[in-house]
Amino acid sequence: MDLKLKIWRQASRDAKGKFVDYEVHNISSDASFLEMMDLLNEDLVEKGEEPVAFDHDCREGICGMCSLFINGRPHGPDSAITTCQLHMRKFKDGETIVIEPWRAKPFPVIKDLIVDRSAFDELIQAGGYISVSTGGVPDANAIPVSREKAELAMDAAACIGCGACVAACKNASAMLFVSAKVSQFALLPQGKIEAKERVQKMVAKMDDLGFGNCTNTYACEAECPKEISVTNIARMNREFFVAKIS
Amino acid sequence: MSNRYYSSLTKKYIMALMGLFLFTFLVVHLSINLLLVFDPTRVLFNEAAHFMGTNPFIQIFQWVLFAGFAIHIFYGVVLQIQNWIARGKGYKRKALSEESIFSKYMIYTGIVIFIFLVIHLGNFFVLKMQGRVPEFEHTANAGMEDMGLLVVNLFKNGGYVIFYVILLLIMGFHLDHAFQSAFQSIGWNHRKYTPFIKGLGHFLAIVLTAGFIIIPVIIYYR
Amino acid sequence: MAKLDSKIPKGRLAEKWTLYKEYQKLVSPANKRKIEIIVVGTGLAGGAAAASLGEMGFKVKVFCIQDSPRRAHSIAAQGGINAAKNYPNDGDTIYRLYYDTIKGGDYRAREANTYRLAEVSNNIIDQCVAQGVPFAREYGGYLANRSFGGAQVSRTFYARGQTGQQLLLGAYGALSKEIKKGSVELYTRREMLDLVVMKDGRARGIIVRNLFTGEIERYSAHAVLIASGGYGNVFFLSTNAMTLNGGAVWQSYKRGALFANPCFVQIHPTCIPVHGDYQSKLTLMSESLRNDGRIWVPKKLEDAKKIQKGEMKGIDIPEEDRDYYLERRYPAFGNLVPRDVASRAAKERCDAGYGVGKTGLAVFLDFKDAIERLGRDVIEARYGNLFQMYEKIVDENPYEVPMRIYPAIHYTMGGLWVDYELQSNIPGLFVAGEANFSDHGANRLGASALMQGLADGYFIIPFTMQNYLADQIAVGEITTDSEEFEKVEKEVKDRIDKLMSIKGTETVDSIHKRLGHIMWDNVGMSRNKEGLEKAIEEIQALRKEFWTNVKVPGKKDGINLELEKALRVADFLELGELMARDALHREESAGGHFREEYQTEEGEAMRNDQDFMYVAAWEYTGDDKEPKLNKEKLVYEETEIKQRNYKTA
Repeated sequence: MDLKLKIWRQASRDAKGKFVDYEVHNISSDASFLEMMDLLNEDLVEKGEEPVAFDHDCREGICGMCSLFINGRPHGPDSAITTCQLHMRKFKDGETIVIEPWRAKPFPVIKDLIVDRSAFDELIQAGGYISVSTGGVPDANAIPVSREKAELAMDAAACIGCGACVAACKNASAMLFVSAKVSQFALLPQGKIEAKERVQKMVAKMDDLGFGNCTNTYACEAECPKEISVTNIARMNREFFVAKIS
Repeated sequence: MSNRYYSSLTKKYIMALMGLFLFTFLVVHLSINLLLVFDPTRVLFNEAAHFMGTNPFIQIFQWVLFAGFAIHIFYGVVLQIQNWIARGKGYKRKALSEESIFSKYMIYTGIVIFIFLVIHLGNFFVLKMQGRVPEFEHTANAGMEDMGLLVVNLFKNGGYVIFYVILLLIMGFHLDHAFQSAFQSIGWNHRKYTPFIKGLGHFLAIVLTAGFIIIPVIIYYR
Repeated sequence: MAKLDSKIPKGRLAEKWTLYKEYQKLVSPANKRKIEIIVVGTGLAGGAAAASLGEMGFKVKVFCIQDSPRRAHSIAAQGGINAAKNYPNDGDTIYRLYYDTIKGGDYRAREANTYRLAEVSNNIIDQCVAQGVPFAREYGGYLANRSFGGAQVSRTFYARGQTGQQLLLGAYGALSKEIKKGSVELYTRREMLDLVVMKDGRARGIIVRNLFTGEIERYSAHAVLIASGGYGNVFFLSTNAMTLNGGAVWQSYKRGALFANPCFVQIHPTCIPVHGDYQSKLTLMSESLRNDGRIWVPKKLEDAKKIQKGEMKGIDIPEEDRDYYLERRYPAFGNLVPRDVASRAAKERCDAGYGVGKTGLAVFLDFKDAIERLGRDVIEARYGNLFQMYEKIVDENPYEVPMRIYPAIHYTMGGLWVDYELQSNIPGLFVAGEANFSDHGANRLGASALMQGLADGYFIIPFTMQNYLADQIAVGEITTDSEEFEKVEKEVKDRIDKLMSIKGTETVDSIHKRLGHIMWDNVGMSRNKEGLEKAIEEIQALRKEFWTNVKVPGKKDGINLELEKALRVADFLELGELMARDALHREESAGGHFREEYQTEEGEAMRNDQDFMYVAAWEYTGDDKEPKLNKEKLVYEETEIKQRNYKTA
């Protein structure tokens, strides 16, 4: 198939970017979206032009490195997948595809389609862990955890930190990301002990970093490649309230 | 403005609680207004209006209500401005993510409701404050203001009716998202009860909107 | 010749680690603050080690190639992690876990290291649960286990199909905690390009390229830990992440560290087949599929040809014309033979022309019988995610038509040579996780990679590194202004300048693809003398071509993805040759290394314990010079040595 691409090009963090039109030809519908991007880049290199910079790594939908806002949707026109798992058969021959970077104040573009997502690392550093040092822990079976709680914790823990929730949210809110971590630990007895401090620290950090507020629009849930539920956001709201009043 | 005083979640909490409070106001308001439909003599309505206008508790509570509106509006605007700033540069291609539609326009429906509120207060409340409401002619209620007549006269005007109906529909869109959203914001989410809350939210939005709409329509055709 | 001292502690196998810990030297808390450690890589091994060393009070600098430590490729491991907890009460012990691991590796790993791995396995599970890793649980609230290839007990702990992710996020959390505390300093988007070794022979620092700015940076420390993962990407197509590379280990090799058993590469039998030459990455599907799926190819050559041409489909072939070759060849284990055996059998059928799919390089994995026997619901509950992933990629519904699978490069057992302390022959250079060679021998069992990464990171490196650092307190702060740093940095810059100045016509990827073909055809699943000799020549020629005709556009500063790739491929072009040399010299078949000359009449691997029961540790002698072979004899004091046999129980 032949496609027209409109891709955001930006030389550096401070440079002014613009959309540049490209064409790619003879793309197999079995190719993945990133393989199509590889072909475009190989083409550009052949021509002596600079290839389009985009983040990617594991190419199996788990590392969370790939991003791209494709035709108005993070990770493109399919659900429950990352961009690396998107295949060209989801597009029509001759279609124009608009490819943009994630847009959010806390995720500045650093080159072309690459954004700086270190804000997510800072959020985790603010308290997204259980404060336990190596060694000196009890036997793994010493504290039973109900299967239901363990499964819910796993649902939340499946987050890959790609940032699609922020990209999709009309407010660029990081609530789904933060609430998934808060939920995972709030659900487990091991994490309960410092649950109150954790939720307060993470929320404060989220506000400091300049993420938007949640307006319960739920685009985050619709676009999350791991289908993390907004019930986690409600759980975080609850945890936060309890932490504040007690 | 900044999050130094209240965190984003606290603001959302306040928004949600004020919103739910305003819901109760709407329910009371609608029940009183419906008296006009069920009782063409306006006796019941005017009595209720008189009670609301003279009861000291209600008089104090009225200011609580105003505060509720003010806080809800203030934080709504603050949060929205923060949200616009958080996005920074927007997307070229319009976002197509599947989402709750009315939630996207809360600020706009909110602004419309605010304008409506001003006009609405102008229509009734200001006149009443200025003592320009005619006296109720019903014999048993001597000395009482005929608020009902004010309403009936207003809704004999077809243009006004259409205007009210449109604005009420927009209010309905606001309410439809508002109810379940408020519960989500205060953290009341449960796999068993949330579907019920969502249903109740739609139900309330429809009943309140339809209820408010039928009043001018019926009066107009009566 | 380098001196190989494995430093295995005295005593009985089960006592060695305890004795080691009792006699190792320690660093006092006040002194720890003055000692700096560099950790390269933030996967299970690197992340866990950096976090643990930070907790202990050392000053740690940790480097990752991606934008965040959480992206390391450990995250992609699906199946699970082994431990000898014996929670199911099915007779598991530390010794049994050890024995399964050493036997699965065809007795080419070091006895004491592998035993220690089994010994600390239980601590890993305790640690991870305390960190909030949501392992699968039974209804009673206790941890669930499942079985995995190569074992007769259920000892694998898992978190859905995302065990690696959850364990890595646990380590990432621990690391984040230390970063916040200030004991660990994080450097992202940095790639290690060289190791700095001082005149006294000690490793004291690294040279990295800032992938953001293109700047070449120097970092010094009292000790360096490399945990940069494996080198499977030498094959171009593999299940490894795109940025995984052999740079850190290869440059260390060129600075004097020995490279052990480079030819031991694991090939995973259940990957989605290659579908076009534009492809850059293969997708692995969990081995667990073989529990219920039956593997077959057509019996008749003409049927296979028709399928390849697209004139016929797998479902059109009647039962009697299907060849369930694993069940035919290995009646006792059937479709559940170990990874290497299953992979080779698939290649054998495809080479004989019976392969399916457009390329003829695939075999069927059929769930028809399982669906009939158990019902679609059960299959969906067990493999729903995998089936969905397969359908997204291939656009075929595996509930209705058989899946197509083919083996792919997955893991490298070889790596830098380390002693019992996980220290290389360069003092101060430690190596952990997949980057070292130590625990898996010639073949790794499923669910053991995660175990090794975390064992090294949480429980071994923090002890053994202290033993080294104990007498380093007096050294004081290490400056990056020394002439050694100067010299190595200049060499790195020269290498980059040279690459940029070639301005040839071949893209980096096209040369990498050609290298991949040479490797896959000759140094892949089965190898022979002739092919290996040919591969060495071809790689040398390709290397020459690379250095005269590669095209690297753009500038050396700022983000330049082509330059990054070129630097990695330059390493692979040398590493590939060493792999071929190692494979050529090892005249036996063991684990992932199968030499066609050394097989039984039935086509099974033939090990030669008499002549090859040693670790081949290669020593760099100069560019384009033959490396020197050092041998570390493997001594099994408390281990019965058996032949692997999957035909009869």
